[in-house]
Amino acid sequence: MRPFSYQRATDPDTAVRALGAAAAANNPLTHARAQPLAGGTTLIDLMKLDVMRPAAIVDINPLASHWSAIEPKGDGVRLGALAKMSDVAAHDEIQRSYPVIANSLKLAASAQLRNMATLGGNVMQRTRCSYFRDVSYENCNKRNPGSGCAAMDGVNRMHAVLGVSDQCIATYPGDFAQALIALDATVEITGKSGARSLPFAQLHKAPGNTPDIETTLQPGELISAFFISGRWPRSVYLKARDRQSYEFALSSAAVALDVQNGTIRDARVALGGVATVPWRAREAEALLKGQRFDDGLAQRVADAAFADAKGRRHNSFKIALGKRVVARALQQAVTMEI
Amino acid sequence: MTAAAPDPKMNMGQPVPRYDAVVKVTGRATYASDMPLSDPAYAFLVTSAIAKGRIDSLDLDEARRVRGVIDIVTHENAPRLKDSKLFSNGGYAGTTIQPLKSADIAHDGQIIAVVVAETYESARDAANRVKVSYTATTPSATFDSPGTTIAAAKGQNAQFKEDPKVGDFAKAFDEAEVKLTASYETPTQHHNPMELFSTSCAWMGDELVIYEPSQFVHGLKHGVAEQLGIDADKVRVVNPYVGGGFGSRGSMTPRTAIIAAIAKRLNRPVKLVPTRDQGFTITTHRAETRHEIKLGARPDGKLVALRHEGAEVSSRPDAYCVGGTKTTTRLYACPNVDSLVSIVRADRNTPGFMRSPPEVPYLFALESAMDELAVKLNLDPVELRRINDTTNEPIGGKPYTSRSLMACFDEAAKAFGWAQRSPQPKSMSDGDWLIGYGCAATCYPTQMGPAAARVRLQRDGRTRVEIAGHEIGTGAYTVIAQTAAERLGVPLEKVAVFIGDSDLPPAPVAGGSNSTASTCSVVTMVCDQIRQRLFKAVMPGQSLTDKAKATVGIGQTPATQAAKGDRPLDLEKAFDALGVGVVEEYGEWKPEGAPLDSFRAMHSGQVRLVGGDQMKDQIAYAFGAEFVEVRVNRFTHEIRCPRLVGAFAAGRIMNPRTARSQLMGGLIWGMSSALLEATEIDERNARYVNDNLADYLVPVNADVANVEVILLSEQDDRINPVGVKGVGELANVGTNAAICNAIYHATGQRIRKLPVRLENIEV
Repeated sequence: MRPFSYQRATDPDTAVRALGAAAAANNPLTHARAQPLAGGTTLIDLMKLDVMRPAAIVDINPLASHWSAIEPKGDGVRLGALAKMSDVAAHDEIQRSYPVIANSLKLAASAQLRNMATLGGNVMQRTRCSYFRDVSYENCNKRNPGSGCAAMDGVNRMHAVLGVSDQCIATYPGDFAQALIALDATVEITGKSGARSLPFAQLHKAPGNTPDIETTLQPGELISAFFISGRWPRSVYLKARDRQSYEFALSSAAVALDVQNGTIRDARVALGGVATVPWRAREAEALLKGQRFDDGLAQRVADAAFADAKGRRHNSFKIALGKRVVARALQQAVTMEI
Repeated sequence: MTAAAPDPKMNMGQPVPRYDAVVKVTGRATYASDMPLSDPAYAFLVTSAIAKGRIDSLDLDEARRVRGVIDIVTHENAPRLKDSKLFSNGGYAGTTIQPLKSADIAHDGQIIAVVVAETYESARDAANRVKVSYTATTPSATFDSPGTTIAAAKGQNAQFKEDPKVGDFAKAFDEAEVKLTASYETPTQHHNPMELFSTSCAWMGDELVIYEPSQFVHGLKHGVAEQLGIDADKVRVVNPYVGGGFGSRGSMTPRTAIIAAIAKRLNRPVKLVPTRDQGFTITTHRAETRHEIKLGARPDGKLVALRHEGAEVSSRPDAYCVGGTKTTTRLYACPNVDSLVSIVRADRNTPGFMRSPPEVPYLFALESAMDELAVKLNLDPVELRRINDTTNEPIGGKPYTSRSLMACFDEAAKAFGWAQRSPQPKSMSDGDWLIGYGCAATCYPTQMGPAAARVRLQRDGRTRVEIAGHEIGTGAYTVIAQTAAERLGVPLEKVAVFIGDSDLPPAPVAGGSNSTASTCSVVTMVCDQIRQRLFKAVMPGQSLTDKAKATVGIGQTPATQAAKGDRPLDLEKAFDALGVGVVEEYGEWKPEGAPLDSFRAMHSGQVRLVGGDQMKDQIAYAFGAEFVEVRVNRFTHEIRCPRLVGAFAAGRIMNPRTARSQLMGGLIWGMSSALLEATEIDERNARYVNDNLADYLVPVNADVANVEVILLSEQDDRINPVGVKGVGELANVGTNAAICNAIYHATGQRIRKLPVRLENIEV
């Protein structure tokens, strides 16, 4: 780990100023000189590995008094970005009205990590690509833009099949983000020019030709909250993984349905473990709307969700697996008692 | 009785709590890197980013500018060290690839520089700033990689003397009515003990103290002395507790002599704590293996032909192999047996021992094949083992000293509920989950080595036992204390045990499951020497018969023994008669059949284990049977193992609590090996990819629902004075096959390659 300065921000303005002051104009957020510290479960890890080398750390944990509430707002719910994953997962109203959120959090990481990690930090978690995390590999377009991608023809069992480019196939590792994108969540952001908000679907950027640019957040900006409109009691998060206790998804599906008298009025499908960014399967959703559910429909939906998938040497299995996960998640959502 | 402390059955000691339980759970046990040093410098390793080639240049400028950096040691300025031979060739080393000797790189993650600084943080920061230019050549990674070579193990590995064979396999297989040919594969695995591979070296004048987690303090002492070119008497290795070993700390790694030489040069203690990922390349690993099994049988299940061919990957310079055919060719009655072990050389570090080194990969192959044969024969797999059970091994016809294999199968089957199994594949399920039951035999050779001990008894009964054994989490302190307490008839709480220090009388490597048998045998012998002295003092006229030696207690004689005529010795009277305050005895014990040079070797830090199939007129193994329930999700194909049951017979069980704990850990390890553990190799560059505990998966408590360990009574007086076979490596052997056999039962699909992952299942 390299030496860094440490500052504790006691209010949002101080935090934003401290982060913004250190920002160089042309640096993407991932390479910003100053980085915010919340739960620390990704940042500290990557600093130890010498992957991230911030010169300054701005500890935003004191902002929890402003930004950690779980509160009703309008017809939906607002989740403070500094709420702990474990607190949100255990929250009665979240479990009742948003099972997809509660379960995506509950199935993520280990109990110890969930007690430390925050919602905002969780959605910003960086990929687990082994080549990204090992600086002895020169060629990583995310770390060293233009240097190539060691994963493309390397050990890529955990890598993405959707949203990939010829520059990067690193998987977005989180679970909670699939619930947010499925439910059309809004992200509330605080920056030096005040507050703004944007659809969660616009937060992450697919790698394209710039895998080092992972989000649309600017240096000096912080996520303060997430807002979800409406209630989604008929929703599930299904996660397939190598180890039951805690492990990243090989494939997961966040599904939320609005079913009235046997007809699907609204449907949301998002995929995890298989894509470079939180992934909304809109083509799949379109097939569901206005239909009555049966296994054949589930199969067609699953096929549509993975129509554009591109497998590589070790991860092609994720396409067939992902389809089964989507189909099963839909079955579970349809049959769940609410 | 509790689950953790089973009631002792016949020929078992008491399930007393661990000697070191309180210091461990309160965090007071001092591991190597906890040892206080006076003003230490901190070392951090720089390791190679290529597996084959040369270092062209090292740019150290930026690293040197980090505040607190004292020195950066590279091949250009490293202290000169003597080579050490491989342990199997009479040396001490686990690899003959000696880093920092030249610009050459022989494997991924080889040590190429050591940064020494005033703090750990400075050393690590500077290490990250070392810039290396290489000329890389394409390495050969593993099986099938271009540039590898393959040759028979016999003739190149001194410890692999013979490919076992008997009868006429070719003819018998050709004529067999039922035949099976199947190939199996096992992956590279790493031990990943909790404690990292730390080393601290401190010199006092010309004397060196090394604090390092080691499974063989005497071996390390002599090995480092040899590399430094100094008298072994000047070197002391200390590690009262070792945070897991599993074979990774059995032989010397190159790091120790390097750190010792740097400490000498700086005239200052130096402490090294490598990172988890560095542990993957600066020590050994379990090599990947391939197998082909051919079985020929009669329709009634009787084996008529068995052939086991195995291949293992090793490094370019070292012909390491585990050669498990010595076990698989002898496990079942079969008149025609053939085998062959080959070694593939690749650009890798030299592999080494990992818990049950030969048995894990080789029995996975055989016990999977036995299950496949049972399916072909339409026989219950338990019955197939019964039909081919034997009292004598088939290669040399030697009798097993004792063999409770089928008793284990019967006990475990009953506890597991094997009778409730519906034999057809895919015939059992529970909601989304297909259920499979599977079983396999497990076994491990009984091994012992020469050992020495010193025991001191005071007139108040306080006892001190000194022996350079190793507490790697197995319960060594506990069983040694129990042995002395029982033998001297003193209360357990009066016995103090000192181990993990090469200044103490030598004991063998804590490997090969020999520790309890070896250390308790010598402690028993030395306690008897004390008894003899005391007995003679109070009854000078009488000779001490063997019977008296075995039964005369020193302290309180239990009522049962008093009834048999045993007499307690009044300690105070005996001490008065002797006219001393302390009685101290030293003794050396070697097992029957140990080579002539055993004691010389023991004092030179070399291992001379005997037992298993290497005994003259007999063969000694511990046996067990393992049953597992596997669940395979119909939709996700996820594989879970909610239930493991094992029954084991291993001679005398010194302590049912610590034995159960070891066997339980073994079953869990076996499950992990079958379903989770594999070190991924990038075949393009022969580098390890998942070299951390987030990506190299091992189970945690939440992954282990039910584990049942059944200890069977077994008495074996033909192996060693304490009748102990050892349990450390018994339980993780059969599990791999048992799980694949259960997956077959759940899904109808036979998986022959470990670990089994969800993409391997096609339901």
